[in-house]
Amino acid sequence: MKSRLVLWALATTVLVALPPFLLAIGQPFYVDLTRRIMILAIAAVSLNLILGYGGLVSFGHAAYIGIGAYAVGILGFYGFFNGWLHFAVAIVASAVVALAIGAVSIRTSGIYFIMITLAFTQMLYYLGISVAEFGGDDGMRLKRRSELPFIDLNDPVQFYYVALVLMLLSVFLVYRIVNSRFGLVLRATKSNEARSRAIGFSPYHYRLTAFVIAGAMCGLAGALYGNHTNYITPGLMSWQQSGDIMFMVILGGMASTAGPVLGAFALLFFEDLLSGWTQHWQVILGPLLVLSVIFFRRGLAGIFYKPDA
Amino acid sequence: MTWQLIFEQLLNGLQSGVTLFLMAAGLTLVLGIMNVVNLAHGSLYMVGAYLALAASRWTGSYALGLTLGIGGALVVGMIVEVVVLRALYERDHLDQVLATFGLILFFNELIAILWGRAALFASPPAWLRGHIDLFTGSRYPSYRMAIIVVGLLTAALLWYVVTRTRLGMLIRAGATNRTMVAALGVNIRLLYTVVFGFGAALAGLAGILSGPIYNVQPGMGELVLIQVFVVIVIGGIGSIRGALAGAIIVGIVDTLGRAFLKPLMATVISAPAAENAGPALASILVYLLMAAVLAFRPQGLFPARGG
Repeated sequence: MKSRLVLWALATTVLVALPPFLLAIGQPFYVDLTRRIMILAIAAVSLNLILGYGGLVSFGHAAYIGIGAYAVGILGFYGFFNGWLHFAVAIVASAVVALAIGAVSIRTSGIYFIMITLAFTQMLYYLGISVAEFGGDDGMRLKRRSELPFIDLNDPVQFYYVALVLMLLSVFLVYRIVNSRFGLVLRATKSNEARSRAIGFSPYHYRLTAFVIAGAMCGLAGALYGNHTNYITPGLMSWQQSGDIMFMVILGGMASTAGPVLGAFALLFFEDLLSGWTQHWQVILGPLLVLSVIFFRRGLAGIFYKPDA
Repeated sequence: MTWQLIFEQLLNGLQSGVTLFLMAAGLTLVLGIMNVVNLAHGSLYMVGAYLALAASRWTGSYALGLTLGIGGALVVGMIVEVVVLRALYERDHLDQVLATFGLILFFNELIAILWGRAALFASPPAWLRGHIDLFTGSRYPSYRMAIIVVGLLTAALLWYVVTRTRLGMLIRAGATNRTMVAALGVNIRLLYTVVFGFGAALAGLAGILSGPIYNVQPGMGELVLIQVFVVIVIGGIGSIRGALAGAIIVGIVDTLGRAFLKPLMATVISAPAAENAGPALASILVYLLMAAVLAFRPQGLFPARGG
């Protein structure tokens, strides 16, 4: 436990020190890249709550990135730029949609659950494509970024620290959730559904609650991501995006506190490295993903410690 | 006039339905028998389309292209089964989804390296470029009609193989209880490879047939793959009958929705509103259908017997 805290402190120190260092050596691009990684890490952390700890293989988590991003874009389209409003709407809208999707999906299991979560996200994706008012297939540019008191998201470094703080908060939140009574029940329903029923817990409500929490957190990531790219397209909700987030969780290590963050950093840095090397980087990444699934079962977090539960 | 149009759109729906069926048949067998989720099935569709296109351009013969496309998809499918999927049979669906997701990235990029990212234009064989007269008095592209015929013939052949041959018996037995089949001395690994190759060849055929209708481009498989999963879930996993019924339902609902939903809605709500809502609703119609089927009949419309 203590050594983990030391590792976290170390990692946080590095991340805090990174922007001044990068700017000093004239590499502002990596401030942007790290910010993007940290935002997507929030999404991965939220997916880990239901996928890693709850055993719910959602293949549609990108839906909430899209909802969060479109919340920012659509409010801006109608002239509302208040950041608190943006984030609140992103979170609440994602939670409501997650409640609706979860209420239907969680009644199914296995392959059906994978497919139905995918299907719902595809619906939102096509909805985004067909609503011409908000850019349709081409997407829409933000008029302005979300406006927060004392913080200017147009400043890359300030935005970086916002993403860092929110990422750490989301890691802490999920850590607290899975170690609470609620989290214990959630993990119990994953490891043995029949037994958890037998001792009197109905998995449905616990799973649905976790699903909504994860959706809401991912909605926040979406609002940040919309601000990050400054440009919103339905592609944010594509199934490849869902697959990417899922991969971050698996690569980093399911059901571990740091796993999704490690996974996000590893996958996206590696993508950047490969894409700088050849435009056909996916032809290398694809087989590596296959190999990592087959041979690297405990994920990156497994290197540091044994994953919980 | 209107009912001619409806009939024509019904034929279009049937045509897209049988194409979906060719994809769904292989995927549902793999899912039902081997319990493997294979996202890369769409890649085999793409591989078939590209190989056929390249071979028919190179040799100038459509028939040679067809043979090479199907054969190529078969071989690639078997290689994928032996190299990657065998390691995943004992894993959960999550690992299978992710590993085959990696395969998609690989195949899409490989195709982009070999043939570029731009869409290629495939043309039907010369003798199918015309139109035929329908009894309704309108004309219908003979190529689409040929797809319907080929699709239905393949469905009949598949039905024959699965229900009337020794191989089909082994396939059904393997779906019901694979341990017992293996205990009786059947080489289950070989059976899996054969079934997978079989499914891959059908996917390749679907890709070749669709080539002249949709675009031949990297990523073409994924668009159809997700619809194929909808088909399988609606029809019932592991069931060939279900795959056929589901494919035709999805093909027709999707086609009719795209053709008629907007004008139909315009009669109820205002025209500009229908302009937006019509296409939106049409593109999510099949997913709504799937959600409804899962909510009311989770095992699908025609669940496989046994297994």
